[in-house]
Amino acid sequence: MARVLINLPERAKRGEIIEIKTLLQHPMETGYRLDSNGAKIPRDIVNLFACTYNGEEVFRAELFPAIAANPFIAFSTIATESDELVFSWTDDDGQTRTETRKIIVE
Amino acid sequence: MRSLFGAALALVATIAIAAEIAPEARRSGHDFDSPETRAMQDDGTANPGMLWVSEGEGLWAKKAGTAALSCRDCHSDAQTSMKGAAARYPVFDTAVGRPVDLEQRINLCRTEHQRAEPFAWESEDLLALTVFVAHQSHGLPIAEDDNPELKPFSAWGDELFHRREGQFNLSCSQCHDDNWGKRLAGSVIPQGHPTGYPVYRLEWQSLGSLQRRLRNCMTGVRAAPYDYGASEAVALELYLMERARGMTIETPAVRP
Amino acid sequence: MPIRRPQISLSALGGGEGRGEVGEIQASPDRTAHLTLPVADATGPLPLPPQAGGEGKLGGYRPTRRWILVAAAGAGLPSLAPKATATEATLAEAIRELTGEAPLERGRVTLELPSIVENGNAVPLTVSVESPMTEADHVEAIHIFNQKNPQPYVAAFHLGPRAGKARVSTRIRLADSQRVVAIARLNDGSFWSDSADVIVTLAACTEQ
Repeated sequence: MARVLINLPERAKRGEIIEIKTLLQHPMETGYRLDSNGAKIPRDIVNLFACTYNGEEVFRAELFPAIAANPFIAFSTIATESDELVFSWTDDDGQTRTETRKIIVE
Repeated sequence: MRSLFGAALALVATIAIAAEIAPEARRSGHDFDSPETRAMQDDGTANPGMLWVSEGEGLWAKKAGTAALSCRDCHSDAQTSMKGAAARYPVFDTAVGRPVDLEQRINLCRTEHQRAEPFAWESEDLLALTVFVAHQSHGLPIAEDDNPELKPFSAWGDELFHRREGQFNLSCSQCHDDNWGKRLAGSVIPQGHPTGYPVYRLEWQSLGSLQRRLRNCMTGVRAAPYDYGASEAVALELYLMERARGMTIETPAVRP
Repeated sequence: MPIRRPQISLSALGGGEGRGEVGEIQASPDRTAHLTLPVADATGPLPLPPQAGGEGKLGGYRPTRRWILVAAAGAGLPSLAPKATATEATLAEAIRELTGEAPLERGRVTLELPSIVENGNAVPLTVSVESPMTEADHVEAIHIFNQKNPQPYVAAFHLGPRAGKARVSTRIRLADSQRVVAIARLNDGSFWSDSADVIVTLAACTEQ
């Protein structure tokens, strides 16, 4: 299974802006490359990344082939409640990979 | 084979060695990278190589082969047992009678102890396990063994490093000893120390082994590259590690 | 359902050298090496030398194609400027598709890209917008476009007041030395932009 690295603080103060960094193992095949036989390698990218926090979407990214392989996305959100953050990556086939992290907000 | 190495030793004695880099002037490829590439390596949360380290960690615990053993079953916690391991490789393997690099060692364990099929060169699994093991030596100095049995092989590697090859008739030494720091097309020529392998190479958009990188260099001078696992390749790796003795391991490095 | 493992590993593609390596046999014969500056078919302004500080932001006066066209027309000379390529046109179309008839203001947005990169496969990008990010005044989306890749779209980031600040980082692919454009849409419907020129010393996406 493709690996994921998610970096966010374990705890934060209420109202604090936290930085979240995500890294997904995925080739982000553009659809423009040729294989060793000269045939086009079909496009296969993650085209959507989203983060929900206590049930509400706080960040969404539409991705295109111009996003580098092993996509790295860093964004921020306000620490509101102690709750779960759910990260999801969806590929061209509509398959979604989800990861959940908890944050403690004081 | 002995006569070959005897001949290699004699050859080394007669070849004028090109200007070697003084030990204190040795610098990692990291120093020649752009600030952005350096930042990509230094931030563990953004370094793409760490994805394979994470993968390798999973494989370490996975049972494999007819023996149904995982790496952990024999080596327990890698952070302890593998610390410093990559810093010593390639090592002389008595059973096969020649040096083996880390990838070959992993495959030897896999076939002999786990009784499983060996991993293919540059396969995701082999890269992941190799980088996971090598990462346990992150921050440690390269410390090749002083084993006398390695001497003929490192002499051979020395000779290979200084030998002109390919249509461009260039040796590794001419770029990496004599012209490091200067530019080849748009890129700065590094000194060629294997401090961060397996490495995430931006050109590959993936992690890859030292042997893959060496093959790229050889294709670059229009020489037929060594096959994966060839004795020449391992001899060259051995020489490169000795040449880099004392330098800090930074696996997984990020390079252009 | 999990994202499946890639079918074709990027590493050791079909025999080992990966795309773009010197001497690789599947490289197209007419493909330039993109080793230094873009070749004669470049249509945009030539890349600027790396700026001190390396941000790649455009600064100061520089003759644009429009200026050259206007000047040439004024001088009664045939247009000195080369025609826009298909990709140039699609960049303009893509931007118009986003903004419609609304004006595109410069400012508030800062697009950070290195002015020169060793490899176009993974170019770090950070885009930020000056905004209080309150309910009343916030950035709804930031769109990134490029000039010379096979398609003009790079990414669209959707934010909102819960973001705290409008700042996103990622890594992009640039097939050649080119301009990258970032456009932010605020909740009041206004559009703000910034652009940066990047010199790419090794190409990324296009095979041809």
